[in-house]
This record gives sequence, C-alpha cells and structure tokens, in this order.
Amino acid sequence: MGKFKENVIQPILDCWSLLVGLKITGKYFCKPLITVHYPRQVIDDENLQTYGGHVELIGKPKDPATPKCISCMMCVTNCPSRCLTVVKQKAPKPTPEEEAAMKAAEEAGEKVKKPKAPKNPAKFKYDYTLCSLCGTCIDNCPAKSLKFSNNVYWVATSRKEMKIDLLARLKEQANEMPAAAPAPKPEAPAAAEKEA
Amino acid sequence: MQYILPLIIAAVASMVWLGINALVWVYFERKFAGHIQRRPGPFEVGPHGTLQPLIDGLKLMGKQLLTPDNADAVLYWLAPILSMIPVLLLFMPIPYGPMLTGMDVNLALLLILAFSSFNGLAVILAGWASNNKWGVLGAARAVSQTVAYEIPLLLTVLAISFMTGSLSLVDITSMQAGHIGNWIIWKQPLAFIIFIIAMFGETNRAPFDLAEAESELTAGFHTEYSSMGFGLFFMAEYGYMVVMCSVCSVLFLGGFHGPIPGIEGWWWMLIKTYALLSLMVWARWTFPRVRFDQLLNINWKWLLPLATFNLLATALIMKL
Repeated sequence: MGKFKENVIQPILDCWSLLVGLKITGKYFCKPLITVHYPRQVIDDENLQTYGGHVELIGKPKDPATPKCISCMMCVTNCPSRCLTVVKQKAPKPTPEEEAAMKAAEEAGEKVKKPKAPKNPAKFKYDYTLCSLCGTCIDNCPAKSLKFSNNVYWVATSRKEMKIDLLARLKEQANEMPAAAPAPKPEAPAAAEKEA
Repeated sequence: MQYILPLIIAAVASMVWLGINALVWVYFERKFAGHIQRRPGPFEVGPHGTLQPLIDGLKLMGKQLLTPDNADAVLYWLAPILSMIPVLLLFMPIPYGPMLTGMDVNLALLLILAFSSFNGLAVILAGWASNNKWGVLGAARAVSQTVAYEIPLLLTVLAISFMTGSLSLVDITSMQAGHIGNWIIWKQPLAFIIFIIAMFGETNRAPFDLAEAESELTAGFHTEYSSMGFGLFFMAEYGYMVVMCSVCSVLFLGGFHGPIPGIEGWWWMLIKTYALLSLMVWARWTFPRVRFDQLLNINWKWLLPLATFNLLATALIMKL
C-alpha cells in the first residue's frame, strides 16, 4: 500500500502543483510592471536609499567635510579585495622655537607633550574596479565612518576613473549639502538620535 | 495543371504563414516572459518593440556563416534545412477554414506525424556533424526524447482516428461541427492531456527542452551554428509549435467550428491555436527544466501506459 501511494497516488496529486505554478505566474502576468524605462523615467529618491553602491565616507555631523574616520586601518586589513588605501597623517613638525622649548623642558625633567598626529586620514583612496561590495569594511569600521552610497548613475569609460579619492568626494558632497538641504532633512533627527 | 497551381499557392501561403507566425511568436513570447517577470519586454525598437523580431532577423542574416574545423560540412548545413523544409509541408493539410485547406489528403495525420519526426533527424545531424561534444550530447538526448514522445502522441492520435474512422483532418473537423458538445475533447479528455504533454516533448519546448539545455549543454545541438543556421532551427521550432497546436485544436477542439452552431470560420481556428500556443509559452516561463531521467520516466512510466489504455478503451467502446 505504501509503495502504491508513493508511486501512483502522489504523482497524481503532484500534478496539482503544476496548476498552482501556472496560477502564480498568471497572477504576476496581470500585475502592473515594476520596472521603469530608464532614460525616460528614473526612480524616485526614496527607492534610491535602499541601493548599495560603492563605498563612501561619512562626515562628522558638525563638520561634514572631514570624515569620522580615525585611520585605524580596520577597513584596509579586513578588505578581502584590497581595494582601499588609507594613509595616516604625520604629526606636525614643531617650529624651531617649540623645539627649543621642548628640549629645555626635557632637560628640566618635566613631562613633555609631543604634538600628536591628527586622527583624520591624509589619503583615502578606493578602487571600485576591485571592490566586490561585500561590506566588510563597513561592518568593521569602529568609527562608523563608511557606508554604501546610493549613486546609481555612475559610469566610467576607463579603469582610472574608477579609482576614487573618497576624501575629495566627501568634500564635494559637503559643498553640495546646502543645495540639497531639503532632501536629507527628515533623516537628520534619526542621525542625531543615534549619536545620542 | 489544375492540381499543381493550388498546391503552389498553398506552399507559398504556408511559407508566408510560417514566417509571420515565427516573427509574431518570438515577439509575443518575449513580451509574455516580460510581463510574467513584471518588466516590459522588448520596448525600444518600434512602438512597444514591435519591430524587434524583424531587426533580430536582419541581425541574424548579417552574421557570418561559419563551419567548424573538421566538421562534416555537407551534413552540417543540411541539418538546419532539413529542420525547416518539412515544416512548410506540415501546414498544407491543416484545415484553417471551410475553404482554407492547402490540400485535403486522406492520410493527413500520418503525413504530419511522419514529417514532424524529421525534426529529430535534423537535430541528430546537427549535433553529430558539428564536431562538438555538447552538440553530440544534445543530439543524443534529442533522439531519446523525440523518439520516446512520438509514441504516446501516435497512440492518442490513433485513438481519435479509431473514433472518427478517418485520418483526414478535414473529415475529423467536419465530425465536430455543430455545438461545443461535439468536440472530441469531451470524449477523449485523457488523450487531450497526453497530447498536450507529448506536444511539449515533441517540440523540444521547456520544461522538456533537454536537447538544447543551455545550463548544462551550452546550447546543445545548435552550439556551433551561427547566423541563419541557428535562425532556421529557431524558426523551425516555432513552426513546429504552431503546427502541433493547430493539429491539437483540429483533433480536440473542433478546428474552425465555433462553440455555438452557425458561427464558424478561420478565426476560431486562430483563437484555439493561439490559446494553446500561449499555454506553451506560459508553461515555459513557469516550470523549471526537468532532469533527463525524469523526462524519460514521465514518458515511459506514465504517458505510454495511459495512452495504451486510452487506445484500448476507445477500441473496446467503438466495438461495442
């Protein structure tokens, strides 16, 4: 009885699933289209928010032209495709007077405060031709300074154009911010809450 | 002369009819697939992409004809022609309307079944002659598939000719005249289902397109064909689809007779054929390709016994 059910009844019952499949595709056939005819139509900004494009830096909330990045190199060490290049900033060279003052203080036995290097990176280069958009850099960034951009419309005709200076890009974005002010406004409270 | 002239007209007409159908159904299939996947399909060339199949045809003709090294050139180029020519013949005995039959042959059904199996031969030649292992594999699959599916197809058709006592499609159509209750589908529902399934197998259409499975055989038997070599196979496939659907609507759905008495004409034939064609396209974009052993199991374990049973039952009932 078991064999009979398995080999004869079940296949006949399974035929029903074929009709179910036809019903599903038939339903989709009747639904409206969800694609747009690109050059004539573009999708609205709201839908662009979910797009994960190339990686880009996030600026500080008070100073959008400088990134939150602290040059810890976590992104560089974790990147499987090695598409990121970060160069730390060097400590500023003390002027001759300061040097003299420091030497004097050292000889006097005081604790000397050597000038520290700023944490911001000097260079932040990104090679989009290598990137596989895995997001490991974003996950590993302790300062939460990296994100996927929602730049859908980026095309280039050569490999060189695909190598981006992310710091320059961030500056450009900061300069454009006032013009595009109305759009990011609804996001601002959410960002502030996160920081709080 | 009085016999030859209508034949020539019919041959030319069926060529035109095949060409138009191939163009239209390539376009419709792509649109259909697009709408199932909720995208517009071809859209750029002409209004709503209507000129797309024409442009595709021009593009195919513009490509270079290549013969692979060490291939058997004669057989290689014979194959697409052999696949295409019988299709033209297949349209001739199909009654499209009361006055619209290319030639009324007594053995129309036999003729269609005999010449439609030329497609299998063409596929084998194409695969074997192209000096390509995927081609050979595709051909080997095509042999076992088309030969296998021919048998239940034949048995169901035989059951109908038992019932009607004729092999002529014109006779079979005229027996279904009158209202919808006279259609053979009500007397032979099992045969109808078997015929539909075998039709998919016979025309190499998804989910039974094992001969040209692009995922495991790159393109199967037509891997090496460029330009119109491929184009002829492509057109022949659509031609066979149209023929099979026409035969199915003649055999089961009353041909050019409408569901209500008094209204009949070629448009009914077109509506029925195109409804069946849409079903084929719909199924292609719904079901995944079956595995090869599954394909053969469906045929040998299910279709063949069911078709035999159907034939024997029909014979018994006719005898009583």
